[in-house]
Amino acid sequence: MKDRIVLDASALPMHGMGAASPTWWATCAFMLIEGSGFALALAVYLYLMSLAPSWPMEAPPPDLWAGTWLTLMLIASVVPNVLVSRWAHRRDLRKVQVGLVVMTMLGIIPLVLRAFEFTKLHIRWDDNAYGSIVWMLLGLHTTHILTDVVDTVVLACLMFSRHADNTRRYGDVQDNCMYWNFVVVAWLPLYGCIYGLARL
Amino acid sequence: MTRDQGARVPLDVDISDAELERQLKETWSSKPGLWGAISTVDHKVVAGRYIATAFVFLILGGLLAMAMRLQLSQPEARFINPDRYNQIFTMHGSTMMFLFAVPVMEAMAAYLVPLMVGTRNIAFPRLNAFSYWIFLFGGILLWVAFALDTAPDVGWFAYVPLAGPQYAPGKRADLWAQMITFTEVAALAVAVEIAVTVFKQRAPGMSLDRIPVLVWAMLVMSFLVIMAMPAIMFSSTTLILDRLVGTHFYNPAEGGDALLWQHLFWFFGHPEVYIIFLPAVGMVSTILPAFVGRPLFGYMLLVMALITTGVLSFGLWVHHMFTVGLPRVGESFFTASSMSIAVPAGIQIFCWLATLWAGKPVYKTPLLFILGFIVTFVMGGMTGVMVASVPFDTQVHDTYFVVAHFHYVLIGGAVFPLIAAVYYWFPKMTGRMMSERLGRWSFWLIFCGFHLTFFPMHILGLWGMPRRIYTYQPELPWTSLNLFVSLSALVLAGGFLVFFVNAIRSRRNGLPAGSNPWGAATLEWATSSPPPPYNFRRIPVVSSLDPLTPGENELPVVAGLRTDRRELLVTSVVEALPQARESSTTDSVWPFWAAVATSVMLVWSIFTPWAVVWGSIPVAITLIGWFWPKGSPEDES
Ligand code: HEM
Ligand SMILES: [Cu+2]
Repeated sequence: MKDRIVLDASALPMHGMGAASPTWWATCAFMLIEGSGFALALAVYLYLMSLAPSWPMEAPPPDLWAGTWLTLMLIASVVPNVLVSRWAHRRDLRKVQVGLVVMTMLGIIPLVLRAFEFTKLHIRWDDNAYGSIVWMLLGLHTTHILTDVVDTVVLACLMFSRHADNTRRYGDVQDNCMYWNFVVVAWLPLYGCIYGLARL
Repeated sequence: MTRDQGARVPLDVDISDAELERQLKETWSSKPGLWGAISTVDHKVVAGRYIATAFVFLILGGLLAMAMRLQLSQPEARFINPDRYNQIFTMHGSTMMFLFAVPVMEAMAAYLVPLMVGTRNIAFPRLNAFSYWIFLFGGILLWVAFALDTAPDVGWFAYVPLAGPQYAPGKRADLWAQMITFTEVAALAVAVEIAVTVFKQRAPGMSLDRIPVLVWAMLVMSFLVIMAMPAIMFSSTTLILDRLVGTHFYNPAEGGDALLWQHLFWFFGHPEVYIIFLPAVGMVSTILPAFVGRPLFGYMLLVMALITTGVLSFGLWVHHMFTVGLPRVGESFFTASSMSIAVPAGIQIFCWLATLWAGKPVYKTPLLFILGFIVTFVMGGMTGVMVASVPFDTQVHDTYFVVAHFHYVLIGGAVFPLIAAVYYWFPKMTGRMMSERLGRWSFWLIFCGFHLTFFPMHILGLWGMPRRIYTYQPELPWTSLNLFVSLSALVLAGGFLVFFVNAIRSRRNGLPAGSNPWGAATLEWATSSPPPPYNFRRIPVVSSLDPLTPGENELPVVAGLRTDRRELLVTSVVEALPQARESSTTDSVWPFWAAVATSVMLVWSIFTPWAVVWGSIPVAITLIGWFWPKGSPEDES
């Protein structure tokens, strides 16, 4: 078959940002997958709760402070996170570098708090089904924080390397920021369940 | 580092076709040799392997089916002992569902979708390669376990408490659960790639209302995978946790619940059958027009029906649990929703019948299989409406009636269209036609063999024969029908044998196909057979639902892409307007190593939870190797 040229693409940019980039969509798809996972885990929590004669099962509700501090930390981290995303949009390399280092910190602190949070649940995963599901919820979310922190560290290294000043990298930074927002937002209903429903 | 560079780099304008093809070939080809083969990210090569591997699993699963039929051919037969029989039906069901049906449909998508939307590679080609290796390793894991006599023996849906720590000691159930993790990771990866390819890499002008039905079907399938697979990942993970570290999700003594397993499994399991069936709908809708000489009737209706089925499929799962004693109201609701899914299914059937009615059918092998599909699927649908009613289901639950029903919908509804699709796209994939004579033989053997094998199972079920029994007593009235079924299964197996012989022989000796042997209208036929590594010399521009018209010798295309790096077009979601010249990643061995590392971690974690901690380190290292930029032109922006 012969080609009849009807369109010229040579003036198009060599990488699109935001919704023009396939990685943005893939990040959304992964958030949808993981969002379904969180929703399902919450449904299981509610299901087990509906079966139990008393809730929490044979345990006091978890202490508030560790989880609440962590929640506040996470919510606060959204501000610098959004800023990093903006700087990436403006291709401001210095600020992005600083921002990524800050975001790494703001990812590690919740992990430390999370370690305390586990001890303040007052139940082990193998005590009963209530223990199993709260450990599951917390574990699932911890994995998300952890993967995002690792991702942020790798990105930070990249942004200090010779590959840094590239639209593609700034796009990666923005996608990483979007994912962190997801990790924060996904935590809120979990927090409500683990700490709120256990006190009803 | 932006546009102005375009002036100095080689573009695909003002050069001869031959020179352009030479440059593209150099940029897009994989290296020769073993490492080249391992690191390739060409969606056609990867999907080809995927399809071939899935068919190998079909053969293995089919051999197990024949073993079961041998054992059941006479009462109190001694060919297979009860323990082995349990392993065999579990292996058969799991292999067919998780290692054949879902992967083969996803692989067809990975092969066809990029070609049909007119792009040069699937989105995230390395993820695609990773997915294949994970799938392969998961399948090998299950079959090695079988060879070592530790295959799962708890049925393909692994109900607790049978699969729990109390009744299933040893590692058999864990191997099942971990095989699930492998196949689901693989499936999710392909689903994301397909969704993004359809959203962002369609040829300019291919607006939503010009997307081929098959591509729509694959898109809906991807969303079902994305929404349903987390349920099975969650349940298989919690099952392993119950067995390994003593959680109590499914232990009623400690506040857990056995029915929770069934809810979770079927919340995935019902959409699963549509993950298998919707691609088949797309295949039928695409193949049919080419053999009746007229366009498909009711494009819009079919697309709506696909989406409706996809949404409804999440509201039906409880019909697998009618006999567990749920509240009446709930059961009535799920009866109603189960019957309502017959509406979109009916619409699809009527669209196909209308297409057939208004056209002049040419009875080539693909069309034969489609007609066989319509007949068989309608019958399976009717028994489906029957078992959707609670009193009837209570009677036939766990009998051969159900075995008959689901083979009618699985084989009739998905395998027949799949075989039609293989006959239809084989020329595109290999450049050669399959033999029509052997094709007819395979059709009649498979069609007759199928009905002779599975129709009597309805009757056996009504006569009370339970499924999953390794033998029965001679006093029971099942003997002669079982022998008949087993003999018919030989005919069915013979049909498959002819099909495979045909495929293998035609690959070498088939008649040359040319680029568009069926006179079809979708874009994959605009390029040579088999397509070159870059798919299209220039990316096509689409201005109607049927981009190719018979007799037309020119293809409207886009120019202005670079030839020195793997480049394709990214377009907008709704109207498919060009947005960017995006690069497509180069070959890499890292996806392979990442799959090896992931497999080690997953298998190890059957034995100790610490595997997740230590095993994730190599996974992280391989992922960094995968994503770290290597300074190739593909990284420029
Ligand atoms: C090649 C022809 C096939 C034959 C002769 C066959 C035969 C059988 C038989 C006899 C059983 C019942 C075993 C028992 O309950 O004791 C069975 C179960 C099953 N088959 Fe097939 N089958 C075939 C192909 C397929 C295909 C293509 C699929 C899926 C795509 C499939 C999916 C299943 C499933 C899911 C089960 C249930 C396993 C379980 O009970 O855990 N089969 N098959
Ligand atoms: Cu169902």
